[in-house]
Amino acid sequence: MTVTSVDKDFDDLTLTLIADFDAPPERVWELWADPRKLERWWGPPTHPATFERHDLSPGGGVSYYMTGPDGERYGGWWQVTSADAPKSLEFTDGFANDDGTPNPEMPTTEVRMQLAEHGGGTRMELRSVFGTREQMEQLAEMGMEEGLKQAVGQMDALLAA
Amino acid sequence: MLTYNQMVVDELTDEAVDDLFHALADATRRDILRRSVRGEPSVSRLAGAYPMSFAAVQKHVAVLERAGLVTKERRGREQIVRSDHDAVRRARLALDRLEAAWRGRVERMSHLLEEIPDPDDPTTGGGDR
Repeated sequence: MTVTSVDKDFDDLTLTLIADFDAPPERVWELWADPRKLERWWGPPTHPATFERHDLSPGGGVSYYMTGPDGERYGGWWQVTSADAPKSLEFTDGFANDDGTPNPEMPTTEVRMQLAEHGGGTRMELRSVFGTREQMEQLAEMGMEEGLKQAVGQMDALLAA
Repeated sequence: MLTYNQMVVDELTDEAVDDLFHALADATRRDILRRSVRGEPSVSRLAGAYPMSFAAVQKHVAVLERAGLVTKERRGREQIVRSDHDAVRRARLALDRLEAAWRGRVERMSHLLEEIPDPDDPTTGGGDR
């Protein structure tokens, strides 16, 4: 398994995930720094991401959308706080309106990604923090609806089989 | 999200899973659940939304309640239907989702690293690119 450890702190609303890759940090960094590569892993297979703007310099920004199976689009953005290739990247990740502008009504998460050489490969430490408990609850609610849709979809598929 | 279901299923007994699937296997109950996730509808308001009797809606709510998907709370003369609002549960759900999303991403990153030839390593066939 690539994921080495996962730590969830319900009080601090923080997820810390450590993953090991069998490649040097420069190549793992490329997966973040090259938008065409980033598109191949950011969104789940059912919702591939398209990055329209991708500037990882500090103060820079990224905008993207994910396309669902029915063609519906979900916009997102990053505001880059700091970037130090090929070692670390910090950004705020949020939802966007249809025109790509940040949607202030929607929750954001703070992401800190760090890469270090480890055992001939790369260790990636990723920390993601919800802005506030309200935002986290908002995401949980959305997740519940989404989970529900999926559960229903799976049942429909089962019933149709 | 699939992981949400896996998480839920992991935590429940077979009987509870049966209750859960039974509860979700009905379009009206799924709609009641959606409404109670978005707000806190009263049973009488729900009854007004469907072409069925108050008693029939109450039965649907009871099935959802037994599956642990909603709770019923008396507020004055109204019965309010709420989805689970427990903060820890929500925190767990949100963080579990985030974890699932990142596990998927890490897996795809890992595959991508195997797929993309390393320009510095001729044995991977990327030396000429």
